[in-house]
Amino acid sequence: MNFGFTEEQQLLREQLRRFFDAKSPVSETRKIMESKEGFSRDLWNEMAQLGWLSLIVPEDYDGLGLGWIELLVMLEESGRTLFPSPMISHMLAITAIVEAGSDEQKRKFLPKMADGSLIGTVALFDKANDYRLEAVELAGKENGQLELNGKKHFVSDVAAADIIVTAYRGSKGNLGLVVVEKNQENLKVSNNGGFDKTKRDSTLSFDNVQIANEMILSEKKADEVISYLLDCGAVAITAETIGVAEAAHEITVNYAKERVQFGSVIGKYQGVKHPLADMYVDIESFKSICYFAAWCVNNDREQLTRYASMAKAYASEIMPTLGTNCIKLHGAIGYTAEYDIQLYYKRAKWMRPAFGDAGFHYDRIADLGGI
Amino acid sequence: MDFDLTPSEEKFRDEVRQFIKENMKEEGISEFASFGGDWNKKAREKGYVGFAWPKEVGGGGGTIMEQAILKQEMGKARAPALGSCFMGLAWVGPGIIQYGTEEQKQRFIPDILDGKYQWCTGYSEPAVGSDLAALSCKGELKGDHYLVNGQKIWTTLAPFAAWICMLVRTSHNPADKHDGITCLLVDMKTPGVEVRPIENMAGGRLFAEVFFTDVKVPVENRLGDEGKGWQVTISALANERSSIGEVMSMEQRLDKLKDMLKKREINGKPALQDTSIRRRLAKYETIIEAMRYNGLRYLTKQLRGEPLSSETSVNKLHRTFLEVDMADLAVDVLGQQGLYMFGDDAVSNGKWALGTLNWCDTVIGGGTENIQKNIIAERILGLPKD
Repeated sequence: MNFGFTEEQQLLREQLRRFFDAKSPVSETRKIMESKEGFSRDLWNEMAQLGWLSLIVPEDYDGLGLGWIELLVMLEESGRTLFPSPMISHMLAITAIVEAGSDEQKRKFLPKMADGSLIGTVALFDKANDYRLEAVELAGKENGQLELNGKKHFVSDVAAADIIVTAYRGSKGNLGLVVVEKNQENLKVSNNGGFDKTKRDSTLSFDNVQIANEMILSEKKADEVISYLLDCGAVAITAETIGVAEAAHEITVNYAKERVQFGSVIGKYQGVKHPLADMYVDIESFKSICYFAAWCVNNDREQLTRYASMAKAYASEIMPTLGTNCIKLHGAIGYTAEYDIQLYYKRAKWMRPAFGDAGFHYDRIADLGGI
Repeated sequence: MDFDLTPSEEKFRDEVRQFIKENMKEEGISEFASFGGDWNKKAREKGYVGFAWPKEVGGGGGTIMEQAILKQEMGKARAPALGSCFMGLAWVGPGIIQYGTEEQKQRFIPDILDGKYQWCTGYSEPAVGSDLAALSCKGELKGDHYLVNGQKIWTTLAPFAAWICMLVRTSHNPADKHDGITCLLVDMKTPGVEVRPIENMAGGRLFAEVFFTDVKVPVENRLGDEGKGWQVTISALANERSSIGEVMSMEQRLDKLKDMLKKREINGKPALQDTSIRRRLAKYETIIEAMRYNGLRYLTKQLRGEPLSSETSVNKLHRTFLEVDMADLAVDVLGQQGLYMFGDDAVSNGKWALGTLNWCDTVIGGGTENIQKNIIAERILGLPKD
């Protein structure tokens, strides 16, 4: 029994921490988040050269063939500086192709995704507040080739992506998954203006979009793959949130050690200590569940759904409170644009609905537990 | 990460399972069935009582990992406790093993393992609760004995205990208030010891006030050096830190709660179809899993010899929430009837009502929520003491 990281994983973490601290501290994050694409191609390429974009690509397709524990380490570290990048979307697109692509499709996409030259994202659910498979309605008519009609709201990282793994509802009521190229004719992209500029999303309008059959990912049943991607997405968002929460907490603890009021540093007062201790308890706890869920992604799919839901439910429930308390403990400076903690607050709000909010996941846990 | 047991750990687990199969006759035996009886005798022979203690003193010499496995298997089987001298096994014994003289070990440890009599621990005083180091019960060295005068309170099990392991102040103006405290082992039958049980809000009489008036305690009953009593009480043998026993007991509690809710309706529909109730139950499951995997992370740290600070306060806080909130949900769903302790209409003989009055032992004992948060803030986050 061993519920800790290996030496290699620790080394990877140290390497990642040095990279993000040096190349993308929050001051740099602020610049990147104002750019048109919302991410830095230079840093993306550097990460590709270090092999990080190929972590979970199988070795047969030019990847490192590692697992979600390594990916979790990368997401935790990138979360600390709110690093803006299409990393989670890209990893989910890779996962979709690994799961449901034919050997030919894998050869076509994966090596380029591994070296970062082809960026992927996923468009799984249609409505931003409905993560049920039944709610996937984008119409896919299969006659000779695939014709897509309808809308996908809140698709992440479209501005950065080249391909979009898209879920659709076939004419017979079946679910399907297809790789759509962004520059596809009749596909309209409109970018949304969310308040967390480190996370970009867009609405896709499909108006008789014609796609060749060889782009359909059909090696595995689409509903199984979409469910798996939903679990993976919940794990990925939670893993990134660990880093976000730890950094926000550190900033606030450090502030409490320096800020003097009533003749002493405020960190001496229990009214300040207790919310900081609460945050510690919560972060430790959703982190532990998330570690196990990440292990389940590769090692125990039967248990994955339950633990992915628990990790995400816990994090979604506490993050807005954590963000709010971080600002409150800073006082007025906490909500100035200049001070960084507000960026963490925005991320805390962003992560709550992504891949299902607490209510959605608690309901799934109840269903799975026979309640 | 790897959740498999090694072949030798597997062998140990199978041994535990076999023991349970052979010796636990009744399923769902009550927690108190372990007083005396065959179970304790067999468990003692097998080395499962005081399993973490060294073999030289009669313990099981179990490794950290084996301790966790033993607790897990016992919890799964809902087996009775291992051993019946609760305070002796949890607190007093480890202190004696680490700090006691050879004579003290021979005199006390076998009795603790056999459950011959109960121990209690005298820490809290009327003016001293969470801030234990401020205690004032006096111990004066008078030749071959200490003369003890003062009072202890909230002393759990005092009405049933034969011995008390207590802290007294032997020096009044030390530079650090943690110094000058001495640990004494006192026979409760000594003249001048008086126990007055305190009734708790649930009607139980497990704890008491204990008064000491010119009580003579032989010097050989001092545990550890004079003035070093504080260290003696915070000593801990290599106890595993996985919280697995607590996780198991919270799981059982949740199962019972679900069973009860299955049979209930609220506002004309089954209680388990109510979204707010379902989500509350899902949250309990989530927190129990958080405790389990927090515990496994701490256990891994321990196995790797990495330093552990006060991380276990995290699970103590979760347990506090679960104890109070699960009991609360039960009576919540039952409405007015949930409050009945007696009478024909009392649900399950008032068990759920009693539950909302009984959480205090685990929640207040060993440091309340507020204290746990101070511990985390000061020892882990490095915030200044106030």
